[in-house]
Amino acid sequence: MWDYTDKVRDHFLNPRNAGPMEDPTVVGEVGSLACGDALKLFLKIDNSGRITDATFQTFGCASAIASSSVLTELLKGKTVDEAAAITNKEIAAELGGLPREKMHCSVMGQEALESALKRYRGELEPLAKPEGEIVCKCFGVTDVQIRRAITENGLTTVEEITDYTKAGGGCGECVLDLERILAETRGTEPAKPKPAVPQRKLTNLQRMQLVTKVIDEEIRPSLKKDRGDIELLDIEGPRVLVSMRGACSGCPSSQLTIKELVQRRLRDAVDPEIIVEEVRS
Amino acid sequence: MKEIYLDNNATTMVAPEVLETMLPFLRDSYGNASSMHGFGGKVGAFISQAREQTAQCLGCSPDEIIFTSCGTESDNTAIFSAVRSQPEKRHVVTTRVEHPAVLNVASHLEIAGYEVTHLKVDEQGRLDLQELEDSLRPDTALVSVMHANNENGIIFPLESISEIVKDRGILLHTDAVQTVGKLPIDLQKLAVDFLALSAHKVHGPKGVGALYIRRGVPFRPFMLGGHQEKGRRAGTENVAGIVALGKAMEMAAIGIHEKNSRVRTLRDRLEQGILDAIPDVRRNGDPENRLPNTTSLAFKFIEGESILLMLDQHGICASSGSACTSGSLEPSHVLRAMGVPFTYAHGSIRFSLSRYTTDAEIDLVLQELPGIVSRLRAMSPFTATSKATGDCAC
Repeated sequence: MWDYTDKVRDHFLNPRNAGPMEDPTVVGEVGSLACGDALKLFLKIDNSGRITDATFQTFGCASAIASSSVLTELLKGKTVDEAAAITNKEIAAELGGLPREKMHCSVMGQEALESALKRYRGELEPLAKPEGEIVCKCFGVTDVQIRRAITENGLTTVEEITDYTKAGGGCGECVLDLERILAETRGTEPAKPKPAVPQRKLTNLQRMQLVTKVIDEEIRPSLKKDRGDIELLDIEGPRVLVSMRGACSGCPSSQLTIKELVQRRLRDAVDPEIIVEEVRS
Repeated sequence: MKEIYLDNNATTMVAPEVLETMLPFLRDSYGNASSMHGFGGKVGAFISQAREQTAQCLGCSPDEIIFTSCGTESDNTAIFSAVRSQPEKRHVVTTRVEHPAVLNVASHLEIAGYEVTHLKVDEQGRLDLQELEDSLRPDTALVSVMHANNENGIIFPLESISEIVKDRGILLHTDAVQTVGKLPIDLQKLAVDFLALSAHKVHGPKGVGALYIRRGVPFRPFMLGGHQEKGRRAGTENVAGIVALGKAMEMAAIGIHEKNSRVRTLRDRLEQGILDAIPDVRRNGDPENRLPNTTSLAFKFIEGESILLMLDQHGICASSGSACTSGSLEPSHVLRAMGVPFTYAHGSIRFSLSRYTTDAEIDLVLQELPGIVSRLRAMSPFTATSKATGDCAC
């Protein structure tokens, strides 16, 4: 059972302003039945640009309904400009917080609002394509939406991107793209991955030093989190011979770890030709 | 508010008689069956009795039963034993709709280099036995097929499956956690090599299960340590749990046909009542071959978690195959394998009854559910007249 706050429960069981609006000034829409949640936001805006009424229709779980309900309360009485400044964080905070996995419900509220305000300003035709390039094909999430969620919520991991935008939560094919977008948006690891791939051929010594550095500084610390370890035994041409230690040794998943983590990381950082092989002692 | 418990495929109430049976082993008779003194040794007789009760219920011999800590351990034990005892065979067959206790073991085997065939199901949740037969190879070590599905209650034809698998030197395992105590099982007639069961699904306590291992089948223990269970499952026996499991199995077997027909009548009344009272509801799965206690229904235009939480306000406990309850973003693997359209899958609810379910409880659900559904539908942007599928970038 989800650990919902009393306020989430209240807004779910006693939703404010639920139902369609007669003669709305503008309607914002996001989501679909297939995606598992959808929100239709109705706004009445007077001539001075103030929101005089807001109602919603939501298909989704308790936190989606509560996010919609609390959003309509936040909107009433605000000017269009004030409303445009509302973030998903504010929606979640107004509910006393949401479970991490449900943060995408607050993002849905913000996106419906954004869609409504764009239409109000005449910037968007009702069925126009979403801004940006679709990164997550399962849930139709664009790079613009992902970058925004990262910046506004200070996200640091791919899992968090999934919690906030649903991107990566289906087939998982876009996870590498999400990693790239995350690094670009946060401006972290500026050397990753392209600049790290050397422009000119490395000498054997340089290669060896770079492999050692990546193993010591990046791979080992992440294995140690699971009480595992890795030892670099030798480098022969493109072949990097390693031995798994600690909890990794004898772990049935060690082959996967070697291919997915060690080899991928070394290929990104050193040389796309690298083949990592395990030497069992 | 007394809860109306219609989530018996998740877990069940401990029968009062079962609780009475187990309490002395927690309070007074706390001895270790392996001890040399009489105080410990005397509990061994009660473990033997429980083994006989369990064997009786399944139509097997007591020495073909080992006690474990749960259904998951029984499944793990069976699958790992089957592959370890035949190291030259590298292929395993299972289905797409197994419980995670089997599916995740299969994925683990795949990572370790095994080839795994996942049999598909049709839109009614049924297997294609021809596909099963075609999937078998000389290097197939194991076929693991559940007896009945936890989410939709569909029963797989284990007898026909065993006919196909036997005489080929392939071991057959079944996760029977949902059927033991709910359906009569006779292992004299059913050629399975391993059968996993769990106490807490049949009005026993949590933390105890059993595994049937057909006599003569090669076996490799999963838990290593002491000599308990004749070296087949190490670890000091959970005496209270084992005694309770024996009692629960004995009780389940008594009058099983009468109990089933009563539960089926209640389930059918609940299901038909919902289908009659609420538009745009569909039943997930084959109505003929399913557990008498289970119904899986999909409510279009609304989401499962919302329905569950509103039912919860009335003390009604059910479960859902929707994504939102599990924290994942996609509906259950079972509903997806059956090809339930997304428009329905997100609004799927499972009611699972027990022999303790009453007419009055069914009445209360039938009284409250239509209102809940119309309340949520009034809040939904989708209705029967709107473009039902919605435009999705997906």
